[in-house]
Amino acid sequence: MYEHDVVVVGAGLAGMRAALAAAQQGADTAIITKVHPVRSHSNAAQGGINAALTDRGDDWEDHAYATVKGSDYLGDQDAIEVMAQEAGAAVIELEHMGVIFSRDETGHLGTRRFGGQERARTFFVADITGQAMLHVLYEQVMKENVRVYEEWFVTSLIMVDGECRGVVAMDIMSGKIEAIRAKSVILCTGGVGRAYEPSTNGLIVTGDGMGLAYPAGAALMDMEMIQYHPTTLKGNGVLITEAARGEGAYLLNSEGDRFMKTYAPNMLELASRDVVSRSEATEIQEGRGVDGCVFLDLRHLGRELIETKLSYINEVALDYMNINLADEPIPIQPGMHYIMGGIKTDVWGATPIPGLYAAGECACVSVHGGNRLGANSLLDTVVFGRRSGEAAAARALERPFGRVSEHAAYLDETRIISLLDRKDNGDSVAKVRLAMGETLNEHLAVFREEQGMQTAAKAIQQLKERYRYMPVKAKGKVFNTALVFALELGFMLDCAETICASGLTRKESRGAHYRTDMPTRDDENWLKHVTCTWSPDGPVVDTIPVTFTRWEPVERTY
Amino acid sequence: MQVKLAVKRFDPEREQDQSYVQDYTLDVPDHYTVLDALIQTREEVDESLAVRCSCRASICGSCAMRVNGHAGLGCKTKLLDSMDKDGVVQVEPMGNQPVVKDLVVDMSVFWNKIRAVKPYLQPEGPEPEREYVASNDSMLKLLQTMGCIMCGACVSDCTVLEVNENFLGPAALAKAYRFVGDPRDGATNQRFGELDEPGGMWDCTRCFECVEACPKGVAPMDQIMNLREEAAAAGFTSTIGARHAEIFADTVKHSGWLDELQLAVKTPGMFNIGAQLHNMPVGIRAFLRGKLPPIVHKAIPSVRFVRRIFEKIEED
Repeated sequence: MYEHDVVVVGAGLAGMRAALAAAQQGADTAIITKVHPVRSHSNAAQGGINAALTDRGDDWEDHAYATVKGSDYLGDQDAIEVMAQEAGAAVIELEHMGVIFSRDETGHLGTRRFGGQERARTFFVADITGQAMLHVLYEQVMKENVRVYEEWFVTSLIMVDGECRGVVAMDIMSGKIEAIRAKSVILCTGGVGRAYEPSTNGLIVTGDGMGLAYPAGAALMDMEMIQYHPTTLKGNGVLITEAARGEGAYLLNSEGDRFMKTYAPNMLELASRDVVSRSEATEIQEGRGVDGCVFLDLRHLGRELIETKLSYINEVALDYMNINLADEPIPIQPGMHYIMGGIKTDVWGATPIPGLYAAGECACVSVHGGNRLGANSLLDTVVFGRRSGEAAAARALERPFGRVSEHAAYLDETRIISLLDRKDNGDSVAKVRLAMGETLNEHLAVFREEQGMQTAAKAIQQLKERYRYMPVKAKGKVFNTALVFALELGFMLDCAETICASGLTRKESRGAHYRTDMPTRDDENWLKHVTCTWSPDGPVVDTIPVTFTRWEPVERTY
Repeated sequence: MQVKLAVKRFDPEREQDQSYVQDYTLDVPDHYTVLDALIQTREEVDESLAVRCSCRASICGSCAMRVNGHAGLGCKTKLLDSMDKDGVVQVEPMGNQPVVKDLVVDMSVFWNKIRAVKPYLQPEGPEPEREYVASNDSMLKLLQTMGCIMCGACVSDCTVLEVNENFLGPAALAKAYRFVGDPRDGATNQRFGELDEPGGMWDCTRCFECVEACPKGVAPMDQIMNLREEAAAAGFTSTIGARHAEIFADTVKHSGWLDELQLAVKTPGMFNIGAQLHNMPVGIRAFLRGKLPPIVHKAIPSVRFVRRIFEKIEED
């Protein structure tokens, strides 16, 4: 059996930041990741990272308020204050590690504007900020010699007496299943984008951490809060960064009209994402779209700006749409992008389960509430990644290893053998996943209503039933990706079930959860988070109040 | 449209014929990439086909492979641009790296070489309280090397690595230049010293394959040339590679064309008897076959134009 003080699952920004923090505290730390760290989906974050640098006259409280308002008052204000206060130091620390942030004329860090905020406080590296940060964090991981179990897939948490004591994982290269004992486990596995079809998310974004924590007893919170990004490509769902609008791009409907002036007269294209996506969907529904899309127009920004500050989306537009952004508007549509919900944690990443922590998109602290502001996700990963790493290390350093059975991996071994033994019944992972993805994208998207969500909930139940008999046709041990996809699908179906259950529970419209049958926000009854905990009969739904510190809810306009 | 993928497969668990080519004929939309087609194959035809992929938008670097013999990203390579007249596309794993299964290769050697160039910022002196002050231009310049997504395509097609496994290779050297070019890094001379060793920056033969293969415009070979130039300017001129470059340029400047004989004799050093003896048999064989360069090296008539080019470059 392997053993480490702290085991971090996932090697995106949150995971590597957590691992570095834990290692720096002196804990023997290892990262377990199903892909090489630099393949992680943090790569795909384009636009930037928010921070109010107080030494240049910005105010963290202003950033915090923008985040609270962006969340439609569902974010916990104590957590948002922590994030906004620690943002400046986090950005400076990244710069010191080597991130090549864009500079202004004086050689200091430059900023751009982002949605839902009046002030330009988004620090960026062209439109590849996520990649730039991810590779630098991996540089630090190499420098600090943090042990990385590359291409190992975690199949379950080791739970003893209600405490998390490690993980069971499969080495994808050999197919071997091993137990890894740990005093603290931090889940940093990202979101669950692939439960939707299409999605901006990479194929690896499959809700693993949520799917691991949920049956172990952790609560999944605010799972109904799914962000549709306003600018994604039709078909493959590839993302076009909000930085395009931050730099001044327009949204146009089929009549060439900047329609956002109707929906958000002050902030226009830079209103919060839920508002912009809803406006686009309305335009399209009312017949002012073309082929299910509206247009993003960058022409007036000029070729030079596009080629220096937005070069990656320029490449993507050319590769996938054969469009040169300097010459032609690009058709875009709202597309599933991010989940505000996740594993419920405190501001130190701790779940109520002793020894279990979570950070990044898979966690719900909650700083994003009903809608995340653009460029707050990178901030979330590094602030709460570091905090969870420190907390997990502190816990690990003050106690011996808990007892773990020699046979901890046995259950998962037999589960996988029986999965591989199933008879071919014509079904497949791909078919079940696609049905799940299309169901959620139809009924739990920008607009929802009771009937549709009921339909989706039933469909997910049926898919879970199909999943029990679904065969895995590839039988090999070495790099059997079909087996990995089957296990991931199990995690996604659990998440999908809680997304439906939470959506049906919230009887109002707030943030990304917009119900056409209940179109108003109901502060009297619903300043509450919805939580789901696992039971053999399906999710047990509950609510807990939102934490307020200083901002009373008011009507939200942009 | 119909496409036939001819996929080179490898299954370590197969008892015989571990390596073979399997054809998959598919109906796909015209805009599909090679990766789209492979995913469709995996989902609908053959679940056992192993290929790494995630983002589908050329940023995660997972899906480097060879298409029709050349490395690139599967997600950035359009089928329409790759099909031959019979609609066939050849798909193979990357080169220069051991195959694990099908299109999946073992990249541990790749990463060991990245590690070897100390791939992290090594600032000099104490950290400033706020950010390092640096011009935007100096940061923009780094974007090209920083744009590397570590996909391995350049290493796959590197012709030096094919014959010399000690070569650090294009990806690691481009990564090294990312730090040499960074005004915040304080270890430049130390880095040059390490890159000056055999297997380092002088072992590139400038074949351009890595520039062709790179899907992100990093142009690793250009970065290696930048390394050489800056290292030479910093006084790293004693290795064979550095002298080779210097003598090459000198003879061309002098006569307007390359004096191969002088290059061969002077590069290892006139009085390096061992090296001269070592080269002797090659010289004799070349002489016997009439391939020895002329002993008397005459300048070309228009040599003054060539010299002017040199002067112009030196001025700049």
